[in-house]
Amino acid sequence: MSAPTSPPKAQVLAVMTQAFRDGVPHNAALGLEMVDVGPGEGYATMRLPYAEALVGDPATGVLHGGAISSLIDATCGAAVFMKLTRPLAIATLDLRIDYLKPATPGLDVFARADTIKLTRNVGFVRALAYHDDPGDPIAAATGTFMIGTKGTSVAQRANRAPRAPEGTGGGTP
Amino acid sequence: MTVSHAELVSRVERARRDGDWTPVTDAIPYARFLGLAVEMRDGELLTRMRFSPPLVGNASIPALHGGTLAALLECASIFQLLAEMETVVLPKTINVTIDYMRSGRAVDTFAKATIARLGRRVASVHAVAFQDEQRTGVASATGHFLVLGRDDAP
Repeated sequence: MSAPTSPPKAQVLAVMTQAFRDGVPHNAALGLEMVDVGPGEGYATMRLPYAEALVGDPATGVLHGGAISSLIDATCGAAVFMKLTRPLAIATLDLRIDYLKPATPGLDVFARADTIKLTRNVGFVRALAYHDDPGDPIAAATGTFMIGTKGTSVAQRANRAPRAPEGTGGGTP
Repeated sequence: MTVSHAELVSRVERARRDGDWTPVTDAIPYARFLGLAVEMRDGELLTRMRFSPPLVGNASIPALHGGTLAALLECASIFQLLAEMETVVLPKTINVTIDYMRSGRAVDTFAKATIARLGRRVASVHAVAFQDEQRTGVASATGHFLVLGRDDAP
């Protein structure tokens, strides 16, 4: 099924790791790290390392919901990107986040996002944030993304750096 | 820095009297990380997010990261609740829905929050983020917050 031009997953992960950190200053400021990608399948997992600077409740050390929003927004965008057959700029149209329980102080937060449908114009995404068990989530999110907006895609920006992410989206017929 | 809930509540009470919210935002590490400041202008509360390069999401435009706008709107909603509730309880976010209308430019962003309903357990708050005098919406949010423990509730 997958196109012969699809680069191996490890290569896509390396490119996405770099693109989503070096091409997105706020991701770098948060210390966000790409930990898994599903080129063609349209999913991504990112990690937000626990940091004192991101605490929302100074009495308990619980992370601020805003930091988790950024993690989820970035991961959802990456998941849409992993569903594209060619690199296009995307933009969040809307994002709903349910905060299910406070994050545990000191622990990293992961987010896994899945593109459940990609049309010509819009990508539809679901995401969960959790510590180590997606079955015990911290937050759940639903988002929509516009496809092909102005500006260059993270991959195009990474393109200027070594290792072209040609066909990053890979595989999708 | 550790600030107890009691201390945070007393800082909010003081801010409501003298209009200086700096001791409140100073107590919240993430508010400092984003560069948030709460300002009273002509009797209305605005939350300002000072532009800084680490807030950028798309460096090619450049545009603010969507997560920073979500965080600004959530914080503005919470500050509005803290300012308006008779007794100070620390609101817990149940959920937030963010609509992104245009890309946030590399300048300061303001958010204005309005409490749509303040119930015994839950408050619904709308917030809009803008970057110009006309208040052209960059992003807006609807949030629901748990406000348990209000003794001013009907």
